[in-house]
Amino acid sequence: MTELVAEHLTVTAKDTVLVADASLRLARGELVILLGPNGAGKTSLLRACLGLTRPSSGHATLAGEDTVRLNPMQRARSMAYLPQIRQLAWPNIVRDVVALGRFSHGAALGRLRGEDAAIVDRAIQDCDLAHLANRQADTLSGGELVRMHCARVFATQAPLLIADEPIAALDPRHQFRILDLISGFVKNGGGALVVLHDIGLAARYASRLIWMQNGRIVADGPPAETLTQERIETVYDVSAKVDGLRVELDGPR
Amino acid sequence: MTARWLTPGLIILSLIALFAACLLGSTPMPADRVLAALLGGADASDRLVVWAIRLPRALAAFLVGAALGLSGAALQGLLRNPLAEPGVLGVSATSSLAATFSIYYGLVALNPWVLPMAAIFGALVATALLALAAVRTRSVVTLILIGVGLSSFAGAAMSLLMNLAPNPFSLADMVNWMLGSVANRSFDEILLTVPFLFAGSAILLLTRRGLSALTLGEEAADGVGLNLRNQRIFTVLGAGLATGASVALAGAIGFVGIVAPHLVRPLVGHDPARSLIPSALLAGLILVIADIGVRIIPTSSELKLGVVAALIGAPVFVWIAMQRRTVHD
Repeated sequence: MTELVAEHLTVTAKDTVLVADASLRLARGELVILLGPNGAGKTSLLRACLGLTRPSSGHATLAGEDTVRLNPMQRARSMAYLPQIRQLAWPNIVRDVVALGRFSHGAALGRLRGEDAAIVDRAIQDCDLAHLANRQADTLSGGELVRMHCARVFATQAPLLIADEPIAALDPRHQFRILDLISGFVKNGGGALVVLHDIGLAARYASRLIWMQNGRIVADGPPAETLTQERIETVYDVSAKVDGLRVELDGPR
Repeated sequence: MTARWLTPGLIILSLIALFAACLLGSTPMPADRVLAALLGGADASDRLVVWAIRLPRALAAFLVGAALGLSGAALQGLLRNPLAEPGVLGVSATSSLAATFSIYYGLVALNPWVLPMAAIFGALVATALLALAAVRTRSVVTLILIGVGLSSFAGAAMSLLMNLAPNPFSLADMVNWMLGSVANRSFDEILLTVPFLFAGSAILLLTRRGLSALTLGEEAADGVGLNLRNQRIFTVLGAGLATGASVALAGAIGFVGIVAPHLVRPLVGHDPARSLIPSALLAGLILVIADIGVRIIPTSSELKLGVVAALIGAPVFVWIAMQRRTVHD
């Protein structure tokens, strides 16, 4: 069952083309990882898929409906969006931040209804945050912060998850942990579109890899098919060795 | 739980302060006589003192404080900065400039509603300008600087009006607007501004949930389902109405809108939405107490409430600013 379909999306800002003629599909039960160097247009593509940026041509549809026309609450309930992690404006309590995942269901912090509270508690459990639930978010480590935001997006219980570099600046153990959480979400029937910079981890976790370069999608398929030495070298401009799903980067070309 | 007792506690303290404001004054009145006067008994002169002088004045102080506390807390939530406030951002100054202008040109004589409308118009222009700037810059420092610019401009225009003032009477009037005071307010004047004040407050309270979402930053707030554009419009409109109404009633009174939310925030888990009502109550309470102080401090001519508020508030502002870590911008 395909949920999100983007067809021929082109996004321009002023005179610069950020995304050119990009098409992709995201269904439940798949973990699609979007790869590409900085400035390849990955974030712009995510925003256009979500309907947060209006594409200059093409369109993204969710179950047949154009995502640009979704109202913000509907959009949030069907696609949970985890943008690049930014600092919170206030030192909020962890549980309150997770509860913001219920915003699109009408929940107000501080007086969660029974169902909302139960879902928030479960998300906190799932992301192993129970012991931190009453801490202020500004006292958390980088890894704990990302777990908090993961719990927040899981609490939305949206069928799709779109995450932008969720594991940037995390230690290896936490990188695995966060990706395990996301693949757990996918095993439970969710669909995830995730931007990563670690090709090796991407190959290990993804059901499909989408490669982007200069605003264009240059390849889309299972890691076994699209992960080649040549592709890494052209997309990232580094020399690499590929052995099955193992990747070794040797340095700039 | 502190949070659960915060609002009821503040309501009780506010009522006590309002009652105390009726007791205290140049000639203190014992509690039994005040109570009798409030309930419609006692002799005519007591009733006059309580109903025509002390109660409206105290109520005006409370309403003005509440409007500023609420607007401050809401603007802080919207702009994600603890230093945002109608006074600091130049909203009060612009509003009192517009009000003074309407007095100076005799527009007020046309219709009593002109004054609150002018004050609200000034406040809305300033808040809208700030909201526009906030969309463009993202930097809070820039925003505060724009507020400083607005304040200075409104101050200069005010001085210009004072230079041109036709008689000392209007000069004294203008000083009142600039410095802020609730002396000699009547129930009539309160009734003239209250509809706007309540409308603004209602808008802020009805849309407060979105302020919690903004904690995440605008990108993620979009993601959790906030309609960012509407949130900006409603917060600006609500804060403009409430601040304008408060200026129409008392002139420009600064800093309560910073101090009250700052004290409240840690008690409500730093959630902007939950800080709104307690901030309003606390700011109202602070102004009632400050106004009691203004009345009983024996000075040859009465101190202005706005001056006292700034004397206490400005150092707190500096203190908050110095405590801020520079990570945010």
